[in-house]
Amino acid sequence: MTGPTLIILVLGLALIGWLSARMRAVAFRRGSTRRFSSQPVHHGWFVALWTLAPPLLFLAIWSVTSPALVTDTVVAHPAAMQLPPPGFDRASILSEARSLAQGRSHGAFHPLAATLAPVYAAAQTRFDWIASGIALLLAFAGGAYTFTRVRPGFAARTQVERVVMLLLLGASLIAILTTMGIVASLLWEAARFFHTVPVWEFLFGTHWSPQVISATDPGASLGAVPLFWGTFFIGAVIAMIVAIPFGLMSAIYLTQYARAATRRWIKPTLEMLAGVPTVVYGYFAALTVAPAVRRLGVALGIADASSESALAAGLVMGIMIIPFVSSMADDSLSAVPSAMRDGSLAMGATSSETIRKVLVPAALPGVVGGVLLAISRAIGETMIVVMAASGVATLTANPFASTTTVTKQIVDLLTGEAEFDSPKTLAAFALGLTLFVITLLLNIVALTVVKRYREAYE
Amino acid sequence: MIAPIVPTGTAGPVVHRPTDWTTMASRRHTRRRYAAERRFRLMGLAAVWLSVGFLAFLIGTMLWQGASGFVETRIALPIDVRVDVAPDRLTGRGADLALAGAGLEGEVDAAATAAYGPDGPDLLSDGAWLRVRDAVKHDPTLLQRHVVIAVPAAADIDVAEKGRGTSTAEAQVARLNAAGVVSRGLNLGFLTDADSTDSTRVGIWGAFKGSLLTLIVTLALAFPIGVFAALYLEEYAPRNRWTDLIEVSINNLAAVPSIIFGLLGLAVFLGTFHLPRSAPLVGGLTLALMTMPVIVIAGRNAIKAVPPSIRDAALAVGASPVQVVFHHVLPLALPGILTGTIIGMARALGETAPLLMIGMRAFIAAPPDRITDPATVLPVQIFLWSDEVNRGFVEKTSAAIIVLLVFLLAMNGLAIYLRNRFETRW
Repeated sequence: MTGPTLIILVLGLALIGWLSARMRAVAFRRGSTRRFSSQPVHHGWFVALWTLAPPLLFLAIWSVTSPALVTDTVVAHPAAMQLPPPGFDRASILSEARSLAQGRSHGAFHPLAATLAPVYAAAQTRFDWIASGIALLLAFAGGAYTFTRVRPGFAARTQVERVVMLLLLGASLIAILTTMGIVASLLWEAARFFHTVPVWEFLFGTHWSPQVISATDPGASLGAVPLFWGTFFIGAVIAMIVAIPFGLMSAIYLTQYARAATRRWIKPTLEMLAGVPTVVYGYFAALTVAPAVRRLGVALGIADASSESALAAGLVMGIMIIPFVSSMADDSLSAVPSAMRDGSLAMGATSSETIRKVLVPAALPGVVGGVLLAISRAIGETMIVVMAASGVATLTANPFASTTTVTKQIVDLLTGEAEFDSPKTLAAFALGLTLFVITLLLNIVALTVVKRYREAYE
Repeated sequence: MIAPIVPTGTAGPVVHRPTDWTTMASRRHTRRRYAAERRFRLMGLAAVWLSVGFLAFLIGTMLWQGASGFVETRIALPIDVRVDVAPDRLTGRGADLALAGAGLEGEVDAAATAAYGPDGPDLLSDGAWLRVRDAVKHDPTLLQRHVVIAVPAAADIDVAEKGRGTSTAEAQVARLNAAGVVSRGLNLGFLTDADSTDSTRVGIWGAFKGSLLTLIVTLALAFPIGVFAALYLEEYAPRNRWTDLIEVSINNLAAVPSIIFGLLGLAVFLGTFHLPRSAPLVGGLTLALMTMPVIVIAGRNAIKAVPPSIRDAALAVGASPVQVVFHHVLPLALPGILTGTIIGMARALGETAPLLMIGMRAFIAAPPDRITDPATVLPVQIFLWSDEVNRGFVEKTSAAIIVLLVFLLAMNGLAIYLRNRFETRW
């Protein structure tokens, strides 16, 4: 019996359990005048849950353990006597036999795999039938036992609600699991990387060329300082030079000058800038902005103006970040008590004087927090730099020269043909860990600043 | 924060004299201040319009470059389709195979050579004979007649006809135009085909199907988990260290760069669980982890907006806490949750970087049928085409971007509609 059929059968049993328990509960409620703790539907769910949970749990455990059982049976078969001793050959023959038996491949490289395939298929079928039998038995037993408990005095609701609460708690624990998964996988792979390359050589080395990694001294070509500089230069300098004035001035205009009707239209339009996929920005940067920037550089007399310049990527990234800065600035400007604004206007200051000398200084912590969040987003941005920035790591402050970033290098390192354990792949995880830690710190600092500032006015 | 300035010390009596605003100096000063005010206001307006202008320029560029991607250049091909196929085999499933087996492709090449000289076959797209095949299937009487069929032109002819080609191709186009055999038509294949190495035969259907399967997996996982987590945190969670930990992780996950999720997917789903590379299943799992925090945060805001009086009323008539939430709070919060979910899904639809990490960058010529088949998604397809050297791919990339933007706009429009239509202000 195949997996989907079995699941449908179990679901069918659960449905039968649900219906019959509900009918029974409806029957004993009819004509009775006493008060019940549970609705008929609670009895229905109680039986359905007990029909579903045991077989599903069993199948989950079974799917992990059964491949080993099947393999053991195959190995115990007389035809398997010719198998080589445990090692790579044996494993590859067995896996070939398995994919033949499951119909995933149609020809075998090893003749032995072809002879073992029917054995495999037979063992698989036998174990599948055993599993189906046990699962259905469990479903039936669970359903039948709980059905006998459907009585007027039985508090099915408390039982069902306990399961619901467990489900809700489980769902919220997924977030912790994900965070732990990120930290653990990054730390684990990065630790393996730092086993071969010393931490300080990675963090403070100034030469990055992962194309040629020397076997004796892999750290010599894996110094990440040029990447950190490129990331900082593109994400925190060029992009912010674009995003901060535009975002801040837009927010000031929209909150202080624009009429409500204008604001209602302009604000969602600005936010569309944030909704455009980054791959579109990347294509725009590479196809339209980069050649223009290069022509500008050549016109300015910069001979080595690159068509993969830091400026092109940074400009487009800045445009992408505008709505982000704008909405953060909007929030903090609106949070300034109107008494401060009114006071300044009452003293005879013009609107712009009020904004520049009262509102912006008062909102500054919030704006700074927003800018930090924007930087954290900019340095984690991937597609724009993958498509528009260069792959060559240079340590330069010339915006027309080519620069690379951490995210660009992660993509480049992981999309080669290298195997999973090479220093190249592991270096990507080390870069990922650095990126994760930096963005995390930026976020924590930014949120603390914003929170303090909000508290100051509440 | 801002300390009031309290006058200290014992200065002498302050003499109040009214300011004389009529002096020249005063007037000049006022004028300067008003000019500064106007300048500042203009700067704000300029910032807004320039930002909107960037958006307009971006979309305009894509439309201008991509519109021609939906159009194909056709060349009229006079042909005597003389293939030996029994008429009864021209219907049903075997027809494609029968016509291909009868050497239709060679016939088309021969006709092209006869009509346009020895380089005739090079003028036509590799898929030209498929157009003839479909025409024959549609109307089997073509087999007995001499007909002229408009077939798609080769990539460089197509590009040259649209005015961006090489000089040799331009010359060929001029020659063809003089003969009056060039026409244009809607490129329907772009919407129904999958990836190809020939830019005249590419389509986005494969990538679209991959996106659809990926988003189904994402939605199936992220929506229930996100809603349940939001309900738990907002309605039941006790105030303790564990709850704080959950909240902190959710808020941090929402700010983690998307590429980190890709690394997680690579290490856990591919490295540990050995799920198939490049499959919508893995893409959906990875994007679900990314979308879940967005749904939780939107869901919590929607749940918070439901007034406590509703809960109190339900509790007062004897509902249990679970009944209060599932019968009253959740239905009222659902429009807000759905709006947040759609916005999260729109973001997942446009996401590229994490999918590159889990191997979704292979050349996939067949649309996926199951969530474990190798697939590509729309944004990754755009990325792959943008890397192609062939000029024919430029307009296809922009055309694919137009399709992606249309979907995003539709999703965001739906979210705004839902919010306006169903959201209750209490």
